[in-house]
Amino acid sequence: MARLIRTEKEVEGRYEEVWLVVEEDSLDQWPAGARDIVGRPATRVDALERATGQAVYTADLALPGMLHTAVLRSPHPRARVTHLDLAPALALAGVHAAIGPDDLEQLTAEPNYQGAPIAAVCADSLAQARAALRAIDCRFDVLEPLLDPDEAVRRGELLGEARVRERGDYERGLAEADVVVEAEYRTQVVLHNSMETHQAVVEWTGDDRVDVHISTQYIWGIRDAVSDGLGLPKDNVRVICHYMGGGFGSKNGPDDYTFIAAELAKRTRRPVKCALTRREENTAAGNRNATIQRLTVGARSDGTITALGGEFVNAVGWSGWSSGTEGPMQMLYACANVKTTTYGAKLNLPPMKAFRAPGFVEGTFGLEALLDELAAKLDVDPLELRRRNYAEHAPEGGDYSAKNLLECYRRAEPHWERRHEVRARSTDTVKRGVGMASQIWYGGGGPPSYAWIRVGSDGRAQVVTAMQDIGTGTKTAMAQIAAEELGVPLEHVTVSLGDSARGPYAAISAGSSTTPSMGPAVRAAAADARRQIEEIAEQRGLAKDAPVHEVVDVLEDAQILGKGARGPNPTGMQVLTFGVQVAEVAVDVETGEVWVERIYAVHDVGRVINPLGASSQIEGGIIQGIGHTLSEERLHDPRTGRLLTTTLDAYRLPTIADVPEIVSELVDEPDPQLTNLGSKGLGEPPIIPTAAAIANAIRDATGADVRQLPITREEMLRALRESRERHAAPARV
Amino acid sequence: MKLNVNDHQYDVHAAVGTTLAEALRDELALTGTKIACAEGHCGACTVLVDGEPVLSCITLVHSVENASVTTIEGLREHRMIDSFVRNDALQCGFCTPGQIVSAVALVETNPAPSTEEIRHAMAGNLCRCGAYPKIEEAVRTWRD
Repeated sequence: MARLIRTEKEVEGRYEEVWLVVEEDSLDQWPAGARDIVGRPATRVDALERATGQAVYTADLALPGMLHTAVLRSPHPRARVTHLDLAPALALAGVHAAIGPDDLEQLTAEPNYQGAPIAAVCADSLAQARAALRAIDCRFDVLEPLLDPDEAVRRGELLGEARVRERGDYERGLAEADVVVEAEYRTQVVLHNSMETHQAVVEWTGDDRVDVHISTQYIWGIRDAVSDGLGLPKDNVRVICHYMGGGFGSKNGPDDYTFIAAELAKRTRRPVKCALTRREENTAAGNRNATIQRLTVGARSDGTITALGGEFVNAVGWSGWSSGTEGPMQMLYACANVKTTTYGAKLNLPPMKAFRAPGFVEGTFGLEALLDELAAKLDVDPLELRRRNYAEHAPEGGDYSAKNLLECYRRAEPHWERRHEVRARSTDTVKRGVGMASQIWYGGGGPPSYAWIRVGSDGRAQVVTAMQDIGTGTKTAMAQIAAEELGVPLEHVTVSLGDSARGPYAAISAGSSTTPSMGPAVRAAAADARRQIEEIAEQRGLAKDAPVHEVVDVLEDAQILGKGARGPNPTGMQVLTFGVQVAEVAVDVETGEVWVERIYAVHDVGRVINPLGASSQIEGGIIQGIGHTLSEERLHDPRTGRLLTTTLDAYRLPTIADVPEIVSELVDEPDPQLTNLGSKGLGEPPIIPTAAAIANAIRDATGADVRQLPITREEMLRALRESRERHAAPARV
Repeated sequence: MKLNVNDHQYDVHAAVGTTLAEALRDELALTGTKIACAEGHCGACTVLVDGEPVLSCITLVHSVENASVTTIEGLREHRMIDSFVRNDALQCGFCTPGQIVSAVALVETNPAPSTEEIRHAMAGNLCRCGAYPKIEEAVRTWRD
């Protein structure tokens, strides 16, 4: 029975209260462990299309008559347009339309960040559109930008109110401490740099209907935002995304380019593509914002943490949201006295967007590095310190639906024990060490999400749901779940996704929520079909478990239709993911160069659907984490605010040559409270502890406290120098 | 101009300044060759010109008029494809055709490359999803 409930919905660590119609989830979970198909490695069902180049991405679309767009974006972080003349652009060959701030809400004459869109032109070819852009006469009055996050906080230039979260008595907790450690950590701006840039092709298929082909993580979010923006009934916006080339949190919304394409398509009555160039991608497509974290921990001499405190400044940019950088400090340890204040600084810099565990990647770097500084001061083993402060119950209230962090610590122990052997391999100039860090994050998903399934007389099944696979392997996981429940071979299941006109509502591919949101709906749909198959078997005098194709072979054109919905999350419980990573590093103390030599990862994300795809996701998260820790940084000129790293030459992504040995495993214990699957998401957990584990390994190797990302040679040499000076100076009492 | 791609001879009408990647994608609809940066930094557009890996986004089409071009579409039967699939050496797949073309160029001259040789030959092909460990494995075990 459909049931109306008021519930909290979590996406990327942000909660909102929503009304939901949920259907009861009446299926029992499968017993723990690998099944025939679920829990066994499967290669991607769409790997061949992607590998051979047959898969058609938004970037590959060439609709008949399609025009191409170039967007004039502000080269200044803060300016006012004093003169704008589009006529010279319109006079050029091949140009069909040009629009400016008077024509479209998303275009502005008052840019407040570099990359803010001012005008756009469309033409027969991209080269013509770019030439036309250069012909636009646009002049600016350049204004002084606000770039310093601390200055923004002082001036009260904030996005939203400062967020204060307090429990217990922080001051008393500090007074009870035998040891107090204070440290300031800084993290940099990093860029998603999905290989397929942000882009959309918009085509009006009637006066009040549009097709939106878009590289997106959220088909239904695009449908709703475009229908709002264009004032169209929701289902008059059809959103299509069959393949997309990466998102990492940056492709959850329509952004400016979709509305630019829609407006130009309306004016020209042609399909219009608006695709960001790589340099636009690195300017105006979102970023993980920089943070400043001023942290304090107090502990008794036995290692019991008595107080945790932090002032967090998120350098959000011109718009966006102030992510939960304080989350790990609030959630990871059993500390009674915690006080955090988080500011979202509004700056003349490009807006942030969610980037793979927003806030928690940054906050875990600070907290888990602080923990090791405390361990060093107390002379307590860092792993032991974490066990001593293990939270049996959620410190902010409520029980965990499941938590296997102690099991993660247990499995990490042999890798942690390698540190004696690793350190022994140090030389005079190359020091080696081992560090660890814990991970906490959401990842439980939630309703609503739906799936349909149809089984034909050949015994083959098609799962139909309007979700998207952004490269995480969701399509494969859904095929596995359906095949398992139906009792048919994996090759006999196809998954139809990627089109809001051809399937029911499906969850966003973000927040490690896709598998835990979609998987239970797909299983429920398959179970609905399976029940009907068994009824037919009974009427045919066949065994209940007779092969599906034998049961249905009399159906001819008749089909068995199943439908399924995602049930509710357990009420009053925290559904979270956990994990531990152990890093081994080498540091050249003369040059400051750091190499990561090995990373061990163990994560607790409930039942694992596809161990092969899961291991790929862990590796990918760790490699992004290594880039975040050692090489990636979007730089801007501190005086003018102009961006300096807009190419893939200047912005240093990890390459295959930067990859260490990676050893990963999953606890693979179904969460007994969570849905008919017991599965959580794995997209984000693996990137969360990597930076802190590397920083802690560097401390283990050298005694130096690195407190700033990326750990460039300059930062490494600074930390080494500071460490030497500290040891040379007489101890302060 | 005449353009030889995957052993087919095409007549291509390309303006001076057209890149090979643009000609392949826009004129011949061979969209397996991806453009991810359009300035020679990422390797997604890699094709073979007379067997050598080339960045087609910064190669002018008129400069390869007398050469033999091989794109991912011409490598469909190559065992490297199956190796990438088998090893899960791709995630979103956008960089994958370029990865495979670079890998083919390597193993056609060096069928049993060492880890260092693989890393050297593939370091110009960026993968933001981080499929690198499995790409390395796919190239190492391509004949299995």
